[in-house]
Amino acid sequence: MIHEAEILSQRRLAPDIYRLELFAPRVAEQAQPGQFLMVRTSISLDPFLRRPLSVNAVDRRRGAVALLYRVVGRGTRLLAERKLGKRLNVVGPLGRGFTVPLSGPVVLVAGGLGIAPLFFLAEVCRQRGNEVILFYGARSQEELVLRRELESLGIKVFWATDDGSLGERGTVVELLKKKGLPPAAPVYAAGPPPMLKALAAALKDMGREAEFSLEERMGCGVGACRGCAVKVREGKDFVYRRVCADGPVFKAGEVVWE
Amino acid sequence: MKKPRLAVDLGPNLVLKNPVVTASGTFGFGLEYAPFGDLALLGAVVIKSVTRHPRRGNPPPRLVETPAGVLNSIGLENPGVEKVVKEILPALRATGEVTVIGSVAGETVEEYVEVSCRLAEAGVAALELNLSCPNVKAGTLFGHDPRLAAQVTRAVREALGDGFPFLVKLGVVGNDFLAVARAVVEAGATGLSLINTLPGLAVDVKRRKLLLGQGTGGLSGPAIRPVALWAVWRAYRELRVPIIGMGGVAGVEDVLAFLLCGARAVAVGSGTLAFPRLAWELVEGLEQALAKEGVEDVRELIGMVAGS
Repeated sequence: MIHEAEILSQRRLAPDIYRLELFAPRVAEQAQPGQFLMVRTSISLDPFLRRPLSVNAVDRRRGAVALLYRVVGRGTRLLAERKLGKRLNVVGPLGRGFTVPLSGPVVLVAGGLGIAPLFFLAEVCRQRGNEVILFYGARSQEELVLRRELESLGIKVFWATDDGSLGERGTVVELLKKKGLPPAAPVYAAGPPPMLKALAAALKDMGREAEFSLEERMGCGVGACRGCAVKVREGKDFVYRRVCADGPVFKAGEVVWE
Repeated sequence: MKKPRLAVDLGPNLVLKNPVVTASGTFGFGLEYAPFGDLALLGAVVIKSVTRHPRRGNPPPRLVETPAGVLNSIGLENPGVEKVVKEILPALRATGEVTVIGSVAGETVEEYVEVSCRLAEAGVAALELNLSCPNVKAGTLFGHDPRLAAQVTRAVREALGDGFPFLVKLGVVGNDFLAVARAVVEAGATGLSLINTLPGLAVDVKRRKLLLGQGTGGLSGPAIRPVALWAVWRAYRELRVPIIGMGGVAGVEDVLAFLLCGARAVAVGSGTLAFPRLAWELVEGLEQALAKEGVEDVRELIGMVAGS
């Protein structure tokens, strides 16, 4: 489950957003949409922990796995500086991914870097023959990444930007409310917590089930340290579940939003 | 090259096949790491601390990275002793000949005694009394007071009977930890586990609040290693009891350093989070290092830099 994966490509898609491609045939073989890798960014003990990054795409023929990430701190900065041909130590694939219906339309809702796992999901759904409708929002046009790749998947995309530089001005949740959803299509979402919280409320009003991929600071990534807790309803009470091992995909209705 | 002897003992009734063990809390209940290696190859698996009743743990965020370390506030999340005894220990045993050390936490003397007895009856090889969790109310109550620490240790010793090996895990903050260490040894503890995490804080500067959900946390990782070495070295010099040393172990040199300071075994803690196979790698690495240096028995190293 631990791989020394060669960096095949490293592409800057927006000022702080990068797409990294690794040669990791076993990961490419096994990974399911929604699963993630724990990536060592440093070759020293500082930064100490791995970074959990969603699998963004796999190419089984080439044994390639793509990861999408934003540079937010020292770890991801180091990652962005890693050169082609060097090896990256990754653990995975980890976590429980999305459950996808065998047929019928599916709705994907991505906010910002939430596109990372949903791009993979869109690809897999297209291969299976599901009709895919994607709502994709970001701060501005330049942060709506992988636009060409998404369009070439043959899916329907509705774009939203905070500044109106592409698609609808406003949030992706507002856009989704305005456009409405096809009947009975399951919803899959990933994005920042405020977006997911708003989406959960909107979907509840519509009486829709959904699966959300959550993010949390992680320690081990394998369910041992209990560092990445998410509050989940249990009867009238709540429990903490592990984002890494019980998730990262959870039913929208079971998550307790703070 | 002759294979060096790696076995060590922690008192008269506990022999480990090698000195590398896992630190409680960082290795779950062992099963989480079973996909990464054969648990039976480790000196021991020290499981996550167990309490009488299930504990759901502290509100998130529970963990934040710090320079060469981790600050955590998990809050002793565990399924309670009943489930550990009935489900988890049998599952752990089913993976092979694993040496299991149970870790016990509690809020009262009675709880420590009850959980200790349940785990001992369930067949763990030894126990570790966690008297130093910084992240729950009453977590360090016993560990910061020699009198209370001795009281709980004595009660557990009486309940377990003579001979059953158990160590007491202490931090180094609060009153002089040596006074507590001496008190628990006199009260019947087989030895000591040193050290628990150090208290720490992280601040979310943008939002003007504390970063961890619970507020304060415990610091671990390479950042605390010198403090841990110092604590082991001091306790060894003063008390000469079996010690499991831990704090920031990330390589074979660290294992050697703890042994030289007087630890008889060395626990891998947050290093496992960063390197899932670290404990196994250290067993192999230690054997190679000793063979290379012509050390025939790892016990020769114990306490070598701690004077006489």
